[in-house]
Amino acid sequence: MTPPPFSPVGLRFQNIDKRYGGLLALRGVSLVVAPGECVVFAGRNGSGKTTLLRIAARLVRPSRGTLSFSSESQAGDARSIRPGFVAHATMVYDELTAEENLLLFARLQEVEQPENRVETLLNEVGLSDRRASLVRTFSRGMRQRVAIARALLHEPSVLLLDEPATGLDPQGVTWLAEAIRRLRDSGRTILMSLHGESDISSLGTRAIRLDAGSIAADTRTGATFRSILTFADA
Amino acid sequence: MSLLPNAAVLLGKELRTEFRSRELLTTTVVFILIVIVLFSFTFDPTSDESRRFAPGLLWLAFLFASSLMLQPCFLREQHNDTLSALRLSVSDPFAIFLAKLAANTLFLLLTELLLLPLFAVMYNVPVVPVLHWLVLVFFLASLGISIAGTALSAISAQARMRELLLPLLMLPLLTPILVASTEVTKSLFERTPFVQWKGIGFLAVFDLVFLTALWLFGEYLLEE
Repeated sequence: MTPPPFSPVGLRFQNIDKRYGGLLALRGVSLVVAPGECVVFAGRNGSGKTTLLRIAARLVRPSRGTLSFSSESQAGDARSIRPGFVAHATMVYDELTAEENLLLFARLQEVEQPENRVETLLNEVGLSDRRASLVRTFSRGMRQRVAIARALLHEPSVLLLDEPATGLDPQGVTWLAEAIRRLRDSGRTILMSLHGESDISSLGTRAIRLDAGSIAADTRTGATFRSILTFADA
Repeated sequence: MSLLPNAAVLLGKELRTEFRSRELLTTTVVFILIVIVLFSFTFDPTSDESRRFAPGLLWLAFLFASSLMLQPCFLREQHNDTLSALRLSVSDPFAIFLAKLAANTLFLLLTELLLLPLFAVMYNVPVVPVLHWLVLVFFLASLGISIAGTALSAISAQARMRELLLPLLMLPLLTPILVASTEVTKSLFERTPFVQWKGIGFLAVFDLVFLTALWLFGEYLLEE
């Protein structure tokens, strides 16, 4: 599949706080992600990874601070940048088939020739023979494949992946790593949260460790990169 | 402008999932059926009594049933966080509300029309001569219930004690619809039926005001 031409998009988080009642989930996070970077977020449970990704997806409004996108062609029009998002939950309907789910979201996102795009993605995620099966009959790994296909429907320039390998078997992880590699190499900006080292984490060009809602470490290189993913001291 | 195409796609999804499971329609029809039959057996009304209190009973049954029907409206979207997927996909979040309130109106209207013949027989009220006016009242009231109920369903779905919260918010807010639709229906069941335009006008204005409010502020109801 040849990716269509698109403008690489960068993200700028400026002094972001997010408060849920009495809990401060993010504390003054400032971060610039360059267009085309592949950033891996690591951190313990509750460190703020998911909240940061949901803010980047514009699903959650920060309590303080701003998020902006930078793009050569879409400068100042952040709403037109629609990230692809894979979350903990699959974000697809159990009572629809895989094909119906993907067609629904393709039509909502006004994807051109939605039937063809869905066909291509079902083949890519290896579910073309189960296209007419209800998602509720799928295993967790198969649901995750539908979720990933849904996120890729509109060929987003920014991809947000919140522990995308959840539920995938080893073959699934290998497939996902290859898919992310292709997306990264095509110039898409990728932000993903992961636990530990894997085929997927090795695709990162930058690793950031979050601790109690703040950035504790941020690197692009070598031993420090590994230590961030494994929670070891560099 | 992708509001209407998005809403149409989502309405298709709502209809497809409901007609596949028939959960809402079955529950609501059975609930109203039980209320109508129980009241009829309990009071055994004469024709004159029926004309007086049957419209109120009918609309109370519809109102309680609608709170059952509207409960899962946004709750269903939380199961796999599909609401987030919808928010990421549509250009205008109002499309989500528009599709849901259109689906709820259709389901409610369908339920009401299905049960109207039974109601007419059990309470001995002549519905055929005024059927077209009844359909208009049913439509305006169902639309109002769906608009307000869909908005409140979005609010209550994010709260604790969500199952209790929706009826608690919805029933007081919809009291004006209950009163107006009961009055209009009562006037249609009189020995000499007449159309109470004041009530119909009130229902139309209620729908318009709440639809405008939902259009203006709906986006905030979907935020986490």
